[in-house]
Formats: sequence, C-alpha cells, structure tokens
Amino acid sequence: MTANISSAVSLPEKRWLTWLPTLMWIVAAALLLVSITLPYWGMVLQAPQYPGGLRMRVFINTMTGDEDPRLDEVREIDGLNHYIGMQSLYNAAQIERAIALPALLLMAAFLVVAGFWRRRWTWLLTLPALGLPVVFLADLGLWLRYYGQTLDPYAPLSSAIQPFVPPVLGVGVIGQFSTESFVDTGWYLAAGAAALIIVGLFTRWWLAKR
Amino acid sequence: MPKFLRSRNWGGLLFLLGALVLAFTFRPWSTNAQTSSDWQSIAAERGLSEADMRAAMMTYTPSGMLDEYVMFASGGHGGQVLVIGLPSMRLLRTIAVFTPEPWQGYGYGVGEETLAGGFIDGQEITWGDTHHPALSETNGEYDGNWLFVGDKANARVAVIDLRDFETKQIVHNPLFLNDHGGTFVTQNSDYVIEGGAYGLPIASEYAPLADYQSSYRGMITFWRFDQAAGRIDYSQSFALELPPYWQDLCDSGKLVSDGWIFCNSFNTEMATGGIQAGNPPFEAGVSRNTTDYLHVINLNGAVSVFESGGAEMVNGFNLIRLETAIANNLLYFIPEPRSPHGVDIAPGGDYIVVSGKLDPHVTIYSFQRIMDAIAAGTSEFDPFGVPVLPLETTMEAQVELGLGPLHTQFDNQGYAYTSLFLDSAIARWSLGGEGYRPQDGWTLQGRIPVQYNVGHIAAAEGDTTSPDGRFLLALNKWSVDRFLSTGPLLPQNFQLIDISQPGDQLQVLYDMPITAAEPHYAQIIAASTLHAWDVYPEVGWDSQTQAVAADAVQPGTEGVTRDGNNVTVRMTVIRSHYNPEWVEIQEGDHVVWTITSLERARDATHGFGVPYYNINLSIEPGESITFEFDATRPGVFSWYCTEFCSALHLEMMGYLTIAPSR
Repeated sequence: MTANISSAVSLPEKRWLTWLPTLMWIVAAALLLVSITLPYWGMVLQAPQYPGGLRMRVFINTMTGDEDPRLDEVREIDGLNHYIGMQSLYNAAQIERAIALPALLLMAAFLVVAGFWRRRWTWLLTLPALGLPVVFLADLGLWLRYYGQTLDPYAPLSSAIQPFVPPVLGVGVIGQFSTESFVDTGWYLAAGAAALIIVGLFTRWWLAKR
Repeated sequence: MPKFLRSRNWGGLLFLLGALVLAFTFRPWSTNAQTSSDWQSIAAERGLSEADMRAAMMTYTPSGMLDEYVMFASGGHGGQVLVIGLPSMRLLRTIAVFTPEPWQGYGYGVGEETLAGGFIDGQEITWGDTHHPALSETNGEYDGNWLFVGDKANARVAVIDLRDFETKQIVHNPLFLNDHGGTFVTQNSDYVIEGGAYGLPIASEYAPLADYQSSYRGMITFWRFDQAAGRIDYSQSFALELPPYWQDLCDSGKLVSDGWIFCNSFNTEMATGGIQAGNPPFEAGVSRNTTDYLHVINLNGAVSVFESGGAEMVNGFNLIRLETAIANNLLYFIPEPRSPHGVDIAPGGDYIVVSGKLDPHVTIYSFQRIMDAIAAGTSEFDPFGVPVLPLETTMEAQVELGLGPLHTQFDNQGYAYTSLFLDSAIARWSLGGEGYRPQDGWTLQGRIPVQYNVGHIAAAEGDTTSPDGRFLLALNKWSVDRFLSTGPLLPQNFQLIDISQPGDQLQVLYDMPITAAEPHYAQIIAASTLHAWDVYPEVGWDSQTQAVAADAVQPGTEGVTRDGNNVTVRMTVIRSHYNPEWVEIQEGDHVVWTITSLERARDATHGFGVPYYNINLSIEPGESITFEFDATRPGVFSWYCTEFCSALHLEMMGYLTIAPSR
C-alpha cells in the first residue's frame, strides 16, 4: 500500500524530468538558429576624425559595419589597416566563415536528435554546440593575434607601428585609435544555449544515476 | 572645546552642518562667480553694449552646433551661388554655376558638359551674373530638392541638384541675350520663369537703334521643369514676345493667383539713350513717365496656347508672338508708379506688392480686383494693342515708406518688409488685408537703418505660402566703413536682422562681408528641409546622371590600354594612392581617363591635379569621373592629390610620361 502510493507520486515526476533535457536542447537549438542573424562580436574604434567612431560587427559567417550601407565601416577599417600593413579583413577566417552556417545548422540538428534519441552515447551530440562560444572566441583570438603579428614590413607606417595583439575583449590602443572589443547578442545566445545544454546533461546524468 | 559642543547644544551643531551644506552647495570660492564677472569685463573691454550681447547670443554658434537655416545667395558676376548658414552667417559652400572653379574641379575636368550647355553658338562663355536663386516648391513651400538661378549677362538658367549641391544643367533661350527677372518658380515648380531685361531684336540679330519700336522686343521665357528627370525640358519650354519695354523682376502667383505671372517693367518711354548725340542719357530717358506697366500674364492660358500649337518655332525655340498673346487674352498691363523694381506676391497669393523705386510708396494690387477688372474689360490699349487695366480699380492700397523702395518680403506676423535703397533702411509695414494685420491697416510700423544701399532682402522662407519670420537678411551694396579696409575694392555687406519682435523693434545682429562679386537675391530655407548626401550612395557614382556610371572602374581592373592613338586609362583612388601610379603614353595620343574613388568615409575627398594640361578634379567619396585630353606636349608630368586627404597625402602622386613621337 505504501509502496503503491509512493510510486504513484514519483512516477509522473520522473516522466516530466526525463523530458526536461529534450525541451532545453530544443530551446538551445532555437537560440543557435536565431544567433545566426545576430552579431557575435564587435569592435568600436574611436579617433578624433571619426566622430561617433567606426563600428565593426562580426557575425558567425560575415562582417558588417553600421546600418548605413553608404558608409561601409569594415572597408574603412580595412583601408586604414593598410597603412600599418595589416592584411585585408576580408581574407580572415575564410574556412570558418564558409562552414559556419552548415556547422551551426548541424549543431542545432544534433541537439534535437540528442533530445529525442535516448541512448547512452547520444549526449556526445551536444558537445559541438556546447563548445561553440569558447571555440568562437579562441579562433577569433588566434586570428587577431595572427593579423596583429604579421604586418607587412613595407607598409607606409611600418616603422611607426610595431606588431601587436588586438584584444579579444576590452580596450586597446593603436595609433590615434582607441578600440573597445566586446561579445555581442549572438554570442550571448550561443552562451545561453551552452548553459541549457549543461543543465540538460546534468539532468540526464542525475536521472540515470537514480 | 567650543561651548555649544560642551553643553550639547544640538541646535548649534545643526546650524554648523547647515552652514557647511550651504557653503558646499554654492561654493562662493569656486570659479563660477569669476566666470560671470569675466564675460562682463570682456564686454566692457571690447566696448560691447547689452544690445550687442543680445545679438551675439542670437547668432553665436559654438563649434559643433549646426545652423537652423540655410541661405542660398546669388554670387553676382562671380557666376556662383553662395550657401550660408543662419544665424551663424558662416559660409558653408560655394557652388560653381556659370564660372569654372578649381576646388570643385568644375571646368577643369568636371562639369564640362554642364558648362557647355551654356555656350552660345559655339562661343565659350566662362562667366555669368547670377541674380535670383529660386528653390523648388511643392504647394508653394520649399521642398529642398532643386535650386534654379538666372544669369543676367547672357540670359541663361541653371539647375542645381540639392543632393550634392552641384550644377547639373545650364540652358539658354536662343531668342534673347539678357535677362533680369529670373528665376522664379510656379508653386509646384512646373515652370521656371526667366523674365527679360533690355529690349533686343529677337535672336539678337542686327537692327539699327533707329528701328527700336519696330524691330526690338521684350521677352519672358517659361522653362518647363521635368521633376522626375531633374532637368529643364527644352522642347516643352516656350517664350512670350513682349513690347520692347524693359521687363524687370517677376514673381509667380500662388494659391489663389496660381497660374498667373506678374512682371514689372520700365522704359515704357522706349528711350534709346544716345548721350553722345546730345540725347537724354538712358538714366533720364527711361525715367520720364510717371507710370510704367505691371505685366499680368496668364501662364495657364499661355500653356494651353502652346500645347495647341499656337507657338512659332523661331531659331529653334518655341515663341508665342505678341499678337497671339493679345488675341488669346494672355497679357494685360496695369500702370504702376515710375521705374518700379520689385514685384512680390503676399503669402496668401492675394496681394501683389510693387515698389516704385523713384516713388516713395509701395503700391499694393489686389488679385481679386485684377480679375474683376479683366472680367469688366477695358477700352484702353498700349501702342502694341495690349489691354491696359485701370490702376484705380485694381489697387488695394499705397503705403508711403521712404526713398527708393525696391524689394518686399513677408513674415509670419502679417508684416511686410521693404528695402529702401536711398534711405539705406528697411521699412516694416502691416498688410491690412484679411488674414494679415487688419487691426493695423496698411501702415508703416517701423524702420531700421542698414549699412548701406540695400538692394534685395530675404526673410526666412519669406516668399513661400508660410513664411517663418525670425530673421531677415539685408543684401547691402555698399559697406563703406563696416570692415577693415582692403583697398579701393570693398566687399558687399550681408546684414542679419532680428524681426521676431513686433512693432518697431528690429535689430541688426551680424555683418558678413561678401567678396564674391555682387550678390542680388537670396532665399532662406529651414535646414531640416534639406537632405544632402553625406557621400555618394554607391561606389562608381556619376554625379551628372546620379547613378552608378557604366564606365566606373572596379578594383582589380585598373590599367592603361591602347587602341591606335586612343589611350584609355582606368584608375582607382583610395587613401593614399592612385592605381596605376605610372601612365606611360605617346605624344599625339588622345586620352580618355576614368578615375573612380573607392572611398566611403565622409570627407575623404581626393584631388587630381595635372600640371601644364590644366586639369584638376575633385573626386568625392564614391564618385567616378571621366575626362579627356590630347597629349600635345611630350615630357614628364607629376600629378598629385590636391586635397589634403590623409597623413600620407603628400606621397599621393604619380607620373604621366609622354614620350615624343618619332
């Protein structure tokens, strides 16, 4: 009698809990899909002759400036970079940008599959999405380092500007420009997705232990 | 220890605290107090009165603050238009119109086609006498899209695009060779009006002065403006033949009087001068009659006559003959006080104000009365058969203002302002009609001296259907003692006047010297109505067609190609280099050279100056320019960027080498 009562109470509880990771990973997959349309990272360059600053936004697969297409700020920054011998920004991370969109779609699909297909190993399918925010910043950091360190020695200002490492986050100074870099909405969504994945993984692990 | 603490005097403690708070709030030792005595001592040191301080506060525009109004002033015989911010009176831009101007590259590789549109029978004309700028209108309000300006010297009209403040078109009526009453627009900018000036034989052919009455004529031209194309449509434009009186200023009717055009005239005496033959000189001969004729022209009627084939093609231009005009009721005259100058339509389109110049009054005609008089008919005609309506029944009022009344503007309080040339003053008077200031009647309200010899005046949006008031500009011909002497040639003096207070309260706020010839009229538009581009919308922009040029140079396709003696140079420019930097050609080559700016940053303009060959371009961000020249002289020519574009501007150059032909 007592056992009956206890199982009657805990069974629906458990059933609800088994669906929690699925729900969370579906939400995480949705966040990843939305993040495609939002910038992951941004940099604002301030200098006296650019009132309001120059803005660059990095999406998972592209770069843009401000909303006004007439003032292509990435191109302007690119133009300024040639003075110090920096390579064109358009050449950076070409492979990453090319595979970004299918990779993200695949990560989202993996999350949904892992949510519904409950095998011992399917949690592994969540790992790519879990690692995305960290991998994005690490890759960006490597590219920034590469760009700052491999300056053309024959550039107009190469004698005035020494190789440097632009910061992934926070403030920096180069010439008359002060820069501020920050993660943006898209990255926060990806980070939110990663948090949901972790909670889901923990829930599944806890249920399996019981 | 103080007594108030010892005796636990809490009231005393509170007092001390309060005193401290007060002291830190007002901080009498800080520099605030110093600052206020500073500006007073500066004023005392510089001898500035309280009125001067008021004027300074109304006009001073600190760095970074933008003006509320933009004034387009004619640049007179400099052939340009001046763009000036109000109330700061800062010169914002000079627009080259009829005269080549190297800063804009105009006439030195840019704008050649536009300038050529104003050449007459192959004769190059590289100056103009800009008189009356006219902003395009929609429903009688400035729309900020286009600016027109007339050239008195050669009877030409120019169209300026207010997206980039550049001249796009110059047209010339081949039937006439001078104008004065241009330009004015109808209330929806369908027609740009160019009044005539001195009588001439039609098409300026030869006829002896003895045949003045039979062979000389006056003229007014109606230029059809195609808003979509942004150009005057030459084939849809026409002129109206007038008697050989000297037509002067015109104005276009609006609202109730839309479709009617009003022009002044003088020399109804048809004097031909001849001081050397013992005749009265022009100045006396043309001023004998006590009245001249106000021309009332039925534009809507004229358009109907033109469209139904009533115009003759003369010398390649459509002309409605005087007989046709009379037969179709297109033209009426009304006597007006002698040798008038300005004719200005009140904001409601209901009154026509004529200034007598040699008469101390302004004469105000009622549009309704004119229509009634036309309906009633007349038995009086001028020697050419034009019906003459009576002054007595068409006149609404006359107001005595002072000596030499010339031009009238209007404000938002029901006042009119008339410049008094001889008195060197501006008169403010009330319009007594309904909707203006009927409580004051048609009376003089106040006068303010200006320095000196005022011609035109311009009020903020002062000739639209809803003037703003606030500011009035006096365009003074003489400055005499207003500025430090720079020798015997003195600048003109633009004076800004505060008209925001009622009655006789008027104050001169600012004097601005103008050294670009003699400006005539100006128009003042709210800055918020203008929408100029920061940079050209796309890379490769052709500013003539306002579209991407078919021959714009794509990055990566630069180079020099040859086809026989024809050389094509395809070049891009971006801070701080040209690509290519060498152009190696042969003597005798004909060169077609395109330069496209890849810049997108505001103000990143590059120049392109080539010595000897008289070439200098202004290549604004995104602009693509094509110019041509013949390599007539061999040698090495170092071209360079004429705009200080960047830190490495001086390094921005290239070599044009022209090898001698064998």
